[in-house]
Order: sequence, then C-alpha cells, then structure tokens
Amino acid sequence: MAATLLLAQFLNGLQYGVLLFLLAAGLTLVFGIMSFVNLAHGSLYMVGAYAGALIYGSSESFALALLGAVVVSLVVGMVLELTIVSRLYRRDHLDHVLATFGLVMFFNELVRIIWGPQPLFVQVPEALSGTVTLFGLNYPAYRFAIIAVGLAVAVSAHLVIHKTRLGMLIRAGAQYPQMVSALGVNIGLLNAVLFGLGAMLAGLAGAMAGPVLSVQSGMGESVLIATLVVIVIGGIGSIKGGLYASLIVGLVDTFGRVLLPMWLRQVAERSLADAAGPALASMSVYLLMAVVLALRPQGLFPVRRS
Amino acid sequence: MNSFLSRPSAFVPAAVAAALAVVPFAADATGQPFWLSFFARILIYAIAASALNLALGFGGLVSFGHALFLGLGSYAVALPAAHGVSDGWLHLLLVLGSCGLLALLVGAISLRTSGMSFIMITLAFAQMGYFLFVSLKAYGGDDGMAVSATSRFLGLDLGSAGPLYAVSWLVLLLLSWWMTRLRSSAFGMALRGARQNSRRVQAMGLQPQRIKLAAFVLSGMVCGVAGMLLANMNAYVSPSTLAWTVSGELIVMVVLGGMGTVYGPLLGALVFLGLEEVLKGYTEHWMIVMGPLIVLMALLGRGGLMGLLERLDQLFVGGRDAAGDGVSAGNDGAADKTAAPAEDQAGEASWQPR
Amino acid sequence: MAAALTTHSLVMRYGALLVTDSVSLDVRPGELHAIIGPNGAGKTTLINQLSGELRPQSGTVNFDGRDVTLLPVDRRARAGLLRSYQITSIFEEFSVLENATLAALAAVGHPWKFWRPLLSDASAVGAANEAVSLAGLAHVQDVAAGELAYGQRRQLELAMTLAAKPSLLLLDEPMAGMSPQESHAVTELLRQLKGRYTILLVEHDMDAVFSLADRISVLVYGKLMFTGTPDEIREHPEVKAVYLGEEAV
Repeated sequence: MAATLLLAQFLNGLQYGVLLFLLAAGLTLVFGIMSFVNLAHGSLYMVGAYAGALIYGSSESFALALLGAVVVSLVVGMVLELTIVSRLYRRDHLDHVLATFGLVMFFNELVRIIWGPQPLFVQVPEALSGTVTLFGLNYPAYRFAIIAVGLAVAVSAHLVIHKTRLGMLIRAGAQYPQMVSALGVNIGLLNAVLFGLGAMLAGLAGAMAGPVLSVQSGMGESVLIATLVVIVIGGIGSIKGGLYASLIVGLVDTFGRVLLPMWLRQVAERSLADAAGPALASMSVYLLMAVVLALRPQGLFPVRRS
Repeated sequence: MNSFLSRPSAFVPAAVAAALAVVPFAADATGQPFWLSFFARILIYAIAASALNLALGFGGLVSFGHALFLGLGSYAVALPAAHGVSDGWLHLLLVLGSCGLLALLVGAISLRTSGMSFIMITLAFAQMGYFLFVSLKAYGGDDGMAVSATSRFLGLDLGSAGPLYAVSWLVLLLLSWWMTRLRSSAFGMALRGARQNSRRVQAMGLQPQRIKLAAFVLSGMVCGVAGMLLANMNAYVSPSTLAWTVSGELIVMVVLGGMGTVYGPLLGALVFLGLEEVLKGYTEHWMIVMGPLIVLMALLGRGGLMGLLERLDQLFVGGRDAAGDGVSAGNDGAADKTAAPAEDQAGEASWQPR
Repeated sequence: MAAALTTHSLVMRYGALLVTDSVSLDVRPGELHAIIGPNGAGKTTLINQLSGELRPQSGTVNFDGRDVTLLPVDRRARAGLLRSYQITSIFEEFSVLENATLAALAAVGHPWKFWRPLLSDASAVGAANEAVSLAGLAHVQDVAAGELAYGQRRQLELAMTLAAKPSLLLLDEPMAGMSPQESHAVTELLRQLKGRYTILLVEHDMDAVFSLADRISVLVYGKLMFTGTPDEIREHPEVKAVYLGEEAV
C-alpha cells in the first residue's frame, strides 16, 4: 500500500482515536470514581453535535459553535446529574444501565422530533477547509485540527491530573473513593464537577465531529459503544489507559476497515472476501477487546484499587 | 385454593396466563387477527425475557447482549429454510445447538470479567453478531430476508398464526413451570447463592463460575427458542433483531416484571409491549414518553410488578406469607446495593490486614 | 473424620510488608488448636492461605497427608477443609435451613440437579438439620438469614461450616461481637465438636481459648512465636510480655 495512503489512514485513525479519547476521558472517570455506567454519554455527544450545528448555522462562527456546544452539553449534563444520576450512585450497575438506556431513548427521539430523522449537514469551516501537506500527503486541514485539539486536551488532562488539587482528588478517588469522602471532601460536588467536565468534553467532541461524521439521531450509540470498548481495554478509571486505548482502537478500526477487506481478497475468493470483509472490519475492535479481556481482564493500564 | 385466590402474586399471573389462552378464540370471534399476532409477540418476548431472567434475575449476570441469541435463533431457522429445510425438529436442533455453543463461547470469555466489563463485553459480542448478519448479503444483509420454509412439527406449521400462538403459549407455560422448579432446585439455589455471595459458594466446595456459565448457556438456548418462534411468526428475519436496543428492552422487561421471579418476565413483557402499543396509538414519537418512564422505573426500583403484587399479598393475608414459610417466594436481588454486603452492625473493630 | 493440617515455612508478602513470616504450623488430628496474637499479626491472612483464598509466595500447606498448596478453595472444601468467616458471609435471602442445606450440597452430592427441590435432598437436609440444631438455630430454621440478629448470624456462619461435612474447621473469630451468653453457647458447642473434628480456632476471647484449646500458637507480626499447651502459654514470659501482658489473665 502506498506510503501516502498509509499515512492518510494513520492520520484518520488518530483523528478517530482522538475523538474517542474526548469521550473516553469523561466516561472513564465517571465510571472509575462513581462506578456509574453512563450509556447516555453518547447522547451528550449528540447534543453537542446538534448544538454546534445549530449555532454554526445561525452565527456562521465555528468558534462560537464550539463554545456554545460545550456550554449546552455542560448544562444538559448538569441537569441530568442533579436530577437523575446523583440518585443512582449507590445503586446497582443494572439500575444505571436501565436509567441511562431510558435517557438514550428520550434524547434520540427528541432530536428526531425537532430535526427529523435525516442527517444534518454541517459545513467544514472556511478557515480549515484547505489541506496541510505532510511528507508529500495533502491531508484535510480540518481533520488535522481535530487531532491537534484532541492532543491539546490530552496534554491539559495530564497537567490537570498530575499538577492540580482537583487532579489529585481524581487520582485518589479512582483508587479509593470511600477514603476521599471520609477525608471530608464533598464527594457529591466532586462527582457533579467530574460529570460536568465529561459532558463538556463529549459536547466538544460532538461539535467537532459534525463536519466529518453525520449528525443524526442515534449517532451517539455507535461512538458510545466504541468508547466503552476503549475504556474496558484501557482500564476503567484510567485516563492514561483511555488515551492509549483510544489511539489503539482508532487505528485498529481505521486500518481494519481498509486493510482487512484487501487482505481477505488476496487469500479468499472474491465473493467471500466481499461478504466477510466489512463484517470483520466492524468486528475488529470487538475482537481486540475480547482478546484483551481474555488475557488481561483488568485492562491494559488498570488503576490499582484499594 | 382459598389462599391462592387471596394472593395477588399467584392470582394475577394465573389470570394473565388464562386470558392469554383465550386470545385466539376471542380474535377469531371478533374478526380481529391483529390481536393474535400482537399477543403472540408478547408471548415470544416473555419467553426471551424469561431466558434472560435465568441469567440476570437468578444469576445476577447483567447481559447486555441477549439479542444475540434471539437473533441467532431466528437466523438458525431462516438459513436452513433458505435451502429448503422445513423440518421443525431440525430447526430446533440447529437453534439449540448454535445458541448453546455460542453461549458457551461468549459466556466463557465474558465471565472472566465482572461488573461493567461484563456488561460491555456481552454488548460487544451482540454487536459482532449484528455486523456479521448485516454483512451476509447472500442472506438479506441489512434488509433481512423472508423465511421461505417455516418450521413443521407433527403436522403443525408454525408459519400459520394459530399453531404458532398455541405452541408459544405452551412453551411459555412449560418454561414457567420449569423455572418454578429450577428456582428451588439444587442448581437454582446454587446459582442464586452465587449471585448473593460467590465467595461463600466457592468456600462451600462448589464452583460458582461453572454454575454461572451453565446458567448463561441455558439462558442462551431458551432465548434462541424465542428467536425461532419469532422467525416463524414474522416469516421474516433481520439483523435488527440483534440491535443493542433489543437487549436493552429485554432487560427492561425483566426488571419491570420483577427480577428473579418466575412470572415477572411475562408481566414485564406484557406491560412493556402493551404500553408501547398504547403510546404508538397516540404518537409515532412514543419513545419520548417510554424513555422517561424507563428512567422512572429505574429510580423507583423496588422489585417491579411482582414485587408490587407481593406487597399486596401482605395486605390480603395480614403480614405473613400465606404459605407459612417466612421466606418470600419472590424477588431476588431487588434490594438496593446499600442493603447488600454481609457487613455486621456490631462494629467489630478488628480491621485485619488481609 | 478428623484430619491433620501442617504448613511448612509459609511466606506471604504485600510489597515490602512481610505478613506471614515463614510459618510452620502443626495441627494434630482431632485437636482444638487456637491461634492468638495481637491485632495486625496476620491471623486472617494465614487462614486465607490455609483455605486457599490466598496463594503464599513460598511454603506448602499439607492437609490430611496431601499437599494442597496449589489446590483452589473449592477443592480443599470438598476434601473436608472448611472455614468460617470473621465477617459473616451468608446468603441473606435464603432461610437458615436453605443456607445450611446449600452448604451441605457439595459434600453430599452436586449442584447439577435442575428439577427436584434442594430441600428434598434427604442427605443434604439431614446434614443441614444436624448442623442447624448443633448451632442452636432449629427454632428459626425458616427465617430469612437477613432477618436474623447478629449473634444468630454468627451461629449460622458456624452452622454452614459444619453442614459441609468437614474434617477440619478453620474458624476465624467465630465469637466476634457476641455477648457473653452467646460466646458461652458457642464455647460449649465447640467443646462438643472437639475430637470429632480437627479445629483451628482464631479467637480474641481468651476465656474461650484457654478453656477449649489443646494447644495454642502465638502469632506476632506474621511470625509463629511459640506453640504450647494453655499452661505453657500462660507461663511463657515472652508471650506474656508481647500479648498477654496487655490483658489481665
């Protein structure tokens, strides 16, 4: 395969991975510290995408759209946390699954009512509509910008986690939640802040994804499932694990979709390859997860819990 | 007989089962065949939910991928049918075999994890199944395909509405009878024990992982049977049966009805699908009401419909279970997490380093 | 029925912390052997290594003449090595009788029965009834375990261990948190069981320990300091200093 093509796919994989990281970061913290299974995280992503599309459509400013999306997702997230999620922390995972499943249904239908079932088209912003040239490859500037933003968030996350008091609370909470509470930290407030941060990141991811993925009802679920795979592979509660796992998953998925059908066509007859190729490509990420869990059930970078 | 009638938790399910038996005749008499297929669908989902209940309610295994077995069961009829096989027994054999083997594989891998990872990995396996069937262009792919030869048994053709309904009703009845026995059998008690306290089960000399795996396999096989009935009822199969939302709906039915009870799944399927139908009558956007209702159900907890009926029992019989034994015949695991672990209130201070 | 249990140089470390320091224990068949030691001595960790819940870094555990060091918990249990827990570990939703019958199941049969009720299994119920009676819970046998009083829960904990047809009992503070009357009842129960089973008893209740034990081992900072008869222990100056010196004996 041509080197530029490989590079392009590599960058695509990174871009997807970075979007997954934005989602995984929030989700893994919420899960790792509050042990809360949040299937509605994908809905926050979707809310961000729609808010971004709406604001961009009316204001023509993509920067404003991103900001707006983040704010809207934060507000929605906080409302959910205060009214529903906070009541469920002490309950079984089953109750979390049920409640957030109901929320997913609600949000999917809500956007369908307001905007209809057809995907929304979001223009790539003027300033980023060109290409950047890397090693002879002309890569879309917008996608490159997503990678840049994502990595910037990753670096900031690292700084926050390792250099701030909040980060210390997060690390402590991931290892020993009861102790943090016993030390007098307002765990309810901490949970709300974390949920809000996660919502903001999800909204940002959704708004950025608008121009490259389709904005429609149900868009949250496919990305959510991929995010859950990322968290499980990376190790629940671990941001570092989430970062590596999202990049791995992003690359495996992207390369899998391109390479697997190609390879299959070389080893098997055409019709079989054409049939099995896409299936295996979609399954590649799940197969990866199954393998990781079979060998290392706690994930690649597990947080050592007390 | 007296105590039976005065206990809502026994009377209501029995009444529902009896009413369901009458449906074909009522539908015939009123000339409304729609009701036959509507209630057939409820029976089939009740079977699927009962299957899930075995793993989830009795065993505590939160499987978010049971749609996999529902779908596989339906395709295990459609695929042979596409090649002209219409023998019902052969269909059944393929359904049980394929679902059993797949459940063994999925269960063996998934049970290496627990908690959220278990939920995730079962979901992932169902997704894999979904994509697999979507990719089978020769067998309809995304659009699904018709079942060209419905199952024939002993002179019956499950492709026609009446026999299908009767068989579904019978299967549900027999299944419920078995679940009642299973619940208090050695296996059932060991499984329910493993849900409550796996560590203790092992310390007693049993192997909780094996027991859970067996439950998962049985659960998958029975769910496959529901899939077989579904394929016959619709004379159509599609990958949408394996959608994760279907797995979610099965969980809702089990919890709504009352986890770990025998008749919970039937009541849950009835109320869920019935509510869906009622809401559909008002608006095509019924999910916007259903969603919050599910959230409400999760917030309220408390043992579902059977739990409600059991509490009514106490009103009728005055505080003590009519059967005389102090142990509730019903809900497993309905309590909050806060009530659960075997922690003593005596405040025993010795915090031993382990 | 009663079996021997020996360990050779058991070592258990948590990072730099040596929790079990080359413990070589010798429990003779039919004896009631008590382990005492200050809090933090590693008694529960030791029990966990004997029952199989923890794998020692080195050393062996021999039960009834067999090396069981690598055997998992359930295998040891089926061989007759059974333990009770310091923090009550029962089935809250099941009745007392159901708890005990389930406990007896592996010893008398197997769980692969999908139709007949557990409680119709005569041998399992028989073993359960015997254990429940011994533990003094026959009058509440149909009460859900979750509804029992604390002391009764501890008794059920013991009954479950007895129901499983043990040849050796590892009892981790069975009298934890009990009132004097309750402790006395358990002490008398253990006295009845002496000889019939080998018993390894971890306890803080010194009255019970000294009145029941044939021999006592003293565990301090993971090290087995001394083993002897109650009289020998009472008189041992080091033991007195380290442990008994803190209590009026």
